[in-house]
Amino acid sequence: MPEFKPKTVFTPKTVYVTYIAASPEKVWQALTDPAFTRQYFAGFNVDVEPRTGGAFFLRYPDGRVHISGKVVDWSPPRRFACTWLVEGVENFGELPECLVTYEIEPAGGSVRLTMTESHSWDVPPAILAGGQSGWPAILSSLKSVLETGKPLGIDMKPPEGFVDAVKRAVSAKPWRREAGD
Amino acid sequence: MNDSAGSKPKFVYVTYIRTTAEKLWRALIEPEFTRQYWAGTWQESDWKPGSSWQIMIPDGRVADAGEIIEFEPHKRLALTWRNEFKPELKAEGFSRLTYELEQQGDMVKLTLTHEAPTPESKFLDAVSSGWPAILSSLKSLLETGESLEATRKWPKGM
Repeated sequence: MPEFKPKTVFTPKTVYVTYIAASPEKVWQALTDPAFTRQYFAGFNVDVEPRTGGAFFLRYPDGRVHISGKVVDWSPPRRFACTWLVEGVENFGELPECLVTYEIEPAGGSVRLTMTESHSWDVPPAILAGGQSGWPAILSSLKSVLETGKPLGIDMKPPEGFVDAVKRAVSAKPWRREAGD
Repeated sequence: MNDSAGSKPKFVYVTYIRTTAEKLWRALIEPEFTRQYWAGTWQESDWKPGSSWQIMIPDGRVADAGEIIEFEPHKRLALTWRNEFKPELKAEGFSRLTYELEQQGDMVKLTLTHEAPTPESKFLDAVSSGWPAILSSLKSLLETGESLEATRKWPKGM
């Protein structure tokens, strides 16, 4: 399948690996089917056009968009990558989009799922902390859903200093300087 | 996730497990649990601060050894840790491992922090790839009663 190449260069910043007793197809379904994501992904419904270059959304239960993006790689059941732009939250929409990549590999009777969050600018640690606290909760719950049928009721809160760091970044827009403007 | 902001890098891994802090604490230290999810190994220690600690390989070798630093049941365990079976890793000296357990409703947030013994550490690379498999298997064991197959036995030839 041809890869859709975004113009932006993304650098991996946060990686989370988990091993799940399930088939690669089942893990793929858990990542791309709203009947699964609404259980483990803070209630969000994934809405994805199943092709490289297609549209990608995470929607609130009422249908409003929380995350929008483009599918950069749709290679079932091995690799799913899409860009993320946070919408519907004050300020966040002005942050540059990031890239989220899921890799699914067979690993001795189970599956290794690797999530990589990549960014196009020098993201401050206080903003990276958002993903670093969120991904373990989301992916721990995904694993529980696939292995036990029951998600974890984790209370997802942004880490201390996260919202302020986003406001500072949106006001200073350091990614413009990095791009040479 | 590797965080190399300080002079000695560290590996931090967080997982949430539907269990109690008491049960998870036992699973982290008691041989009947660790044998199932931690490559057939078990730990030997009397678990008092200052006491020695080691991980035993089923063939009788010692995998890793160190000393207990903090032992606060159901909450926090810290120890020093040096690899004992690979000379190039042993030469790096002692790393430091901390487990922190926090009960949140019907689950426990487990945070593991492994600080490298040296600024450039092959040891840290090795444990960074090992911990996600071991802790994923521990979560499966406590939530489903079965560990992940690939983590049940010491790898042949290692």
